[in-house]
Amino acid sequence: MASDKVQQLNDAEFDTAIQSAQPTLVDFWAPWCGPCKAIGPVIEDLADEYEGKLTIAKMNVDDNPVTPGKFGIRAIPTLILFKDGQVVDQITGAVGKSQLVALIEKGN
Amino acid sequence: MKDHYELIILGGGPAGLSAGLYAARARLDHVLIEKGVPGGQVLLTDWVDNYPGFPEGLTGFDLVEKMTQHAKRFDLNIETACVTKIDLSDETSKVLQLEDGKSVSCDTLILCNGASANTLNVPGEQEMRGKGVSYCGTCDAPFYRNMHVAVIGGGNTAIQEAEYLTKFASKVTVIHRRDELRATKVIQEIAFANDKIDYVWNSQVVSIEGDNEVERLNLIDKDGKKSALEVQGAFILIGVTPNKDGLPLDLLKADKWGFIPTDVEARTAVPGVMAAGDICSKSVRQIVNAAGEGAVAVLSAEEYLQNKK
Repeated sequence: MASDKVQQLNDAEFDTAIQSAQPTLVDFWAPWCGPCKAIGPVIEDLADEYEGKLTIAKMNVDDNPVTPGKFGIRAIPTLILFKDGQVVDQITGAVGKSQLVALIEKGN
Repeated sequence: MKDHYELIILGGGPAGLSAGLYAARARLDHVLIEKGVPGGQVLLTDWVDNYPGFPEGLTGFDLVEKMTQHAKRFDLNIETACVTKIDLSDETSKVLQLEDGKSVSCDTLILCNGASANTLNVPGEQEMRGKGVSYCGTCDAPFYRNMHVAVIGGGNTAIQEAEYLTKFASKVTVIHRRDELRATKVIQEIAFANDKIDYVWNSQVVSIEGDNEVERLNLIDKDGKKSALEVQGAFILIGVTPNKDGLPLDLLKADKWGFIPTDVEARTAVPGVMAAGDICSKSVRQIVNAAGEGAVAVLSAEEYLQNKK
C-alpha cells in the first residue's frame, strides 16, 4: 500500500518542492521498472522513520520528462538527495536500506 | 538478528529464495541475509519466458514477488544487512562480519551471493556509466527513445535485451566478437526477424568516447581493422562475474574467476558450507537451476546438521 507520507511530485511542482526547509529525497521511478518496484517498500519504511526530518518524494519519469532530463537521469531507480535546492548526492539501482540511510545522512 | 543460527542463507535471488522456502518448511533455525532487496539479477530481467509453471511468462519482478511470498507463507526470516567478510576457519562456527561492525555465526551456511554484470574494462566505460553506458537494457531502455544504441555481447541476455531495446531505440546494433550468436535459437529467431537490429560481427569495443555522454564506440575486428560506430548508448551484456567480496576463496577452492565449485549435493570444499545459483562454478546460469540448487543446498544443510548431533 502506498504510504501517504511519500509525496508524488510532478515537473511543475518540482523546483518549489526541493526548496523546502527540510532535505528532500526524490525517487525517480517508472511503473515498468522492476528494481524501482522492488525498492518501493524500503522507500515507504524510510518515509515513516524520517517523518518530520526529511521529505521523501517520488517522481514518475514517464509522466514527467523535464526534471529527469535536467538532472541527466538515464537509469532508474535514481534517488537524489536535495538540500536547500541543491543536489547533495545521488545513488542509482535497487540498493538496500543501509545505503539509502547513508545517502540520507549526507544531508545532515 | 540473533547472534547465531543453525542455517544462514546469504543472498536473496532465486537460489536464496528457494533455499529460504525449503529452510522455512523444514523449520530450521534460519535467516536469509540480503544486502538490498530480494530478487538479484532477475529484477533486471524484463520478461521471463522459461521458468516452468508460468505458461504465459511473467516479469522478473513478478517472479521474485511470487518466490518471496511463497517462502514467507512458511515464515521465511529475511534480514537486510551487508556482509563484509566471512570466516570459515572454524568448522563449528562460521562467522559473518557485518558492515555495521556486528557479526553473526551459524552451523551451516548456504552461499547464494550471485553474480554481477561483467565490464569491458575499456577506456571511457567507467566515466560514461549512467551517461550512456548501461548494464541493464530493461532498466534503462526508455531513456533511449529514438536513439541509436549498441548492444555488446551475443548470449541470451544480450540478444533478449537488444530485442527489448527496439521498443524504444530507433536502431540497435549488436557487436559480437564471434561470427554467430550464442543465444538460444528461439531468441535468435526473434532477433533476426527484427529489422531494427543489425550486427557487427567479429568485432570488439576498444574504447567508448563522448563529450560527457556516449557519442561513439571505437571498434577493432578480428583482422585488426579499426572502425567507429556513432551511438548514443552502449549496453554491455557480456556475462557475469561472481559476487565474491569477503569470501575465503582459497578455502572454498574457487576457480580463477572466483566462482565456487560444488558437488551434486551443492556442497563446497568446506564442510557445512553449500553454494547455489550463479556464484557456483558451472556452465549454465538459469533461474530454474539456481532455484533447484537452492533446494538441494538446504537438504544438504539438514543432513550436515543431523550428522553433527
